[in-house]
Amino acid sequence: MDINEIIKPENLVYDKPRLMNDNPMHYCPGCSHGVIHKLIAEVIDEMGMEEKTIGIAPVGCAVFAYNYIDIDWEEAAHGRAPAIATAIKRLNPEKMVFTYQGDGDLAAIGTAETIHACNRGENIVIVFVNNAIYGMTGGQMAPTTLEGMVTATCPYGRDVELNGYPLKISNLVAQLDGTCYVTRQSVHTAAAVKKAKKALRQAFENSMNKKGASLVEFVSTCNSGWKMSPDAANKWMEEHMFAKYPLGDLKNV
Amino acid sequence: MTEEVKLMKGNEAIAHAAVRCGADGYFGYPITPQSEIMETLMELKPWETTGMVVLQAESEVAAINMVYGGAGTGKAVMTSSSSPGVSLKQEGISYIAGAELPCLIVNVMRGGPGLGTIQPSQADYFQAVKGGGHGDYRLITLAPASVQEMADFVALGFDLAFKYCNPAMILADGIIGQMMEKVVLPPFRPRRTEEEIRTQMPWAVQGKTAGRKRNVITSLELEPAKMEENNIRFQTKYKEIEKAEVRYEEIGCEDADYLIIAFGSMARICQKTIEMARAEGLKIGLLRPITLWPFPTDIISSYADKVKGMISVELNAGQMVEDVRLAVNGRVKVEHFGRLGGIVPTPDEVLDAIKQKLL
Repeated sequence: MDINEIIKPENLVYDKPRLMNDNPMHYCPGCSHGVIHKLIAEVIDEMGMEEKTIGIAPVGCAVFAYNYIDIDWEEAAHGRAPAIATAIKRLNPEKMVFTYQGDGDLAAIGTAETIHACNRGENIVIVFVNNAIYGMTGGQMAPTTLEGMVTATCPYGRDVELNGYPLKISNLVAQLDGTCYVTRQSVHTAAAVKKAKKALRQAFENSMNKKGASLVEFVSTCNSGWKMSPDAANKWMEEHMFAKYPLGDLKNV
Repeated sequence: MTEEVKLMKGNEAIAHAAVRCGADGYFGYPITPQSEIMETLMELKPWETTGMVVLQAESEVAAINMVYGGAGTGKAVMTSSSSPGVSLKQEGISYIAGAELPCLIVNVMRGGPGLGTIQPSQADYFQAVKGGGHGDYRLITLAPASVQEMADFVALGFDLAFKYCNPAMILADGIIGQMMEKVVLPPFRPRRTEEEIRTQMPWAVQGKTAGRKRNVITSLELEPAKMEENNIRFQTKYKEIEKAEVRYEEIGCEDADYLIIAFGSMARICQKTIEMARAEGLKIGLLRPITLWPFPTDIISSYADKVKGMISVELNAGQMVEDVRLAVNGRVKVEHFGRLGGIVPTPDEVLDAIKQKLL
């Protein structure tokens, strides 16, 4: 069969999401951010919400998220995205508002904003990428770093005597009356990607149905920070990260 | 048309004026001596009338970031606090200046440093006019000296903020915030419609509509050449503001031998001082900066050759006096008199200080 007979619109099985633009990504090869960006872009497009969506980018690896998904964005100070999202949504209730945050941003410096935006039941979506490390600044300990895990600021492994315990912030947020949906997902296999997209869609729909705050955690790899190949990082995540941060819904009301 | 004259606190006047001037949102956190601002707004329930959003945030940090978020969507948003709380807001103010967003911040100053005292002070002058947060930026700073000006400067602050896409601050103190005076509340003006925001603020994040590029609100630019360009654009804007927006009041300056420079509540006290001085035959004038940045440098400079001495009277250890000295550049003697830590001097105490330091 000639190749030109195959390249036809009716044979198309995969396409770049319309809302992802052509800017070269700064993410490391193997990183989960790219897939998560893609899913968000697809969900916004499929919901027909391109003209009503406002994203809030964090400080951290996803600081330039606004360069990749072709919607309106505000760039937050470190940890403050949920406060910013709160005001945007309250002042513009017809808009679809989401934050995109890493573990340091959401669960360390921004813990107060996370807890209180969720507790107020803000009609927003919080996308939480948990890779257990500060990627952007070069691999320091995060609030979610596992016990014994080696990072630049716990070079002998996270010692709970010294550094306390890994913070399961999603479990905490799930306890709050203001949240309607808290789920833990991953994007390391095709099946996981499919499930994760469904979770994102539900979270975004919740926000427009005024059900309260939804938080979608993505247990992710940081193969550069973990100093592993992408494949080894996925295996390590399955074995160690999923043990501490098991996948699935923590709350769905 | 009959004027609507009310008796109220300066803090309450701010709240009423905010609703009346078409503010879209207020985000705050309680702190003495300015809590009446949010209390009054909550009592007024403007979300039922004008549609204004009022929200008590979990911290001053969250409140200023809510202001950043709302301002980015082209809305007229504000926050208020007092000195320790305004320190917490400094990072957010720097981001707002860096992203070139309009907003209004009210600081009803109390004595510091640290937790200090809840009594009035003007010790945040440096913080307001010299930066406060990180980076080369300027904050339009209005200093009200009456409850009437507390009301009037809300609309003025918003107008200047939107004209220049820059944060503006009302720098009051515990006296102006807490004292009751009669006030004519400003007339109602409607909030901007979505359509007006779209046409007047094309940069606003409102959802990327067909036919335009995405809008991004950010202060981040990693390429030094572009970041320098951004900074040069800010500085050009600041020069424009310095040229066009200086405001001050002169009382008894034309024949004065000596000049008091004072702002806010201290200017009110000094008004009495110059009356007392003139009764004794001492020709003292009062120059009251209304904008602390941009500072009325030129008018103060013009008096350097006309008077025998100047004194900057402030509720601090000597902050504005530095700007007065820069204005006159050594051509005339400039002294400072101040009380600290929440102590407010009497008019005759000021007069004694003038006699001691200038005559």
